Amino acid sequence: MLHLINESPFESNSLDDCLKYAAKGSPILFFEDAIYGAMAGTSLEEKIKMVLADHDVYVLKEDLAMRGVDQLVTGMKEVDYPGFVGLVEEHKTASW
Amino acid sequence: MKFGILITEGPYQHEASDSAYQFAKAALAKGHEILRVFFYQDGVLNSTKLMEPQADDRHIQKQWSALATENGIEFIVCVAAAKRRGINDTVTAEGFKIGGLGMLTELAIEADRVVEFRA
Amino acid sequence: MNEEMEENEEVAKLMIVFRSAPYGSIYAFEGLENVLIMAAYDQDISVLFIDDGVYAIKKGMDTTATGIKNFSPTFKAMEAYDIEKVFIDRTSMEARGLKLEDLVVEPEVIESDAVEKMMEEQKNFFMF
Repeated sequence: MLHLINESPFESNSLDDCLKYAAKGSPILFFEDAIYGAMAGTSLEEKIKMVLADHDVYVLKEDLAMRGVDQLVTGMKEVDYPGFVGLVEEHKTASW
Repeated sequence: MKFGILITEGPYQHEASDSAYQFAKAALAKGHEILRVFFYQDGVLNSTKLMEPQADDRHIQKQWSALATENGIEFIVCVAAAKRRGINDTVTAEGFKIGGLGMLTELAIEADRVVEFRA
Repeated sequence: MNEEMEENEEVAKLMIVFRSAPYGSIYAFEGLENVLIMAAYDQDISVLFIDDGVYAIKKGMDTTATGIKNFSPTFKAMEAYDIEKVFIDRTSMEARGLKLEDLVVEPEVIESDAVEKMMEEQKNFFMF
């Protein structure tokens, strides 16, 4: 299961809700405002590192660029839209 | 693969429709088939030909219409959601058809993947 | 047509996941619309309530003062539509101070770690 998170973790529970159900090893993709959760140096960085211990966490390049974010928490994987499609080829999706 | 796309959010207010469009283009470029794009809830507002965005911004309806006509993809606008929001076949743009919610169930039965773009 | 589908095609497992509270947004209402439409297709339908979605089936709703349609009685019709696979996430329900007797339907209680597996088993599912 690929979990799609599109809201900023600073204002939404989507990521926490998703983590309650996501099986260890299931990939998570941050896009739209969720990309702020991938940024290095925020108060959420330690939490994101804990998520990275159990999940591959991808972040959508196009949405990062649009928002001027380039410093990511170590371990985050960048994908572009073709990469997003590639993840969907491999997994069913849950849009939180 | 056979893909379906579900959009439940309107244009401009939220990035959902833009994300769905970029995803659809990327899926087609990789050789996937998109069986249907289903516009639901506020997503039905993407279909109106009356939208007139400022000239220096993308035209969300025209982008979608071009994608439908160039690739022969079926776009269904949920009839009940459309009626609630003042959308009918006199305002829907090229490529959009009004249809019943059952067409979303049919998409779920037929598609290998249905990706939901939402607020 | 439905008979034909049963003969010629495999029945698909489909699920509607309720994760939003009613009235504050339209998602729960539309989730229920989908359940009832899906029931007409004779597929293998499941319904799951998680997170704020558990509020959608709380007893005692009275919308007379606002004029918004009260759709909670319609959940009781699921049984008449032969929808028998109805589940609720225990932690979501307990965190919100609800017990089974507070609900208009009688879902089967499941643990959170069963949710992803249930999603994975479906041909497709929608979360509203």
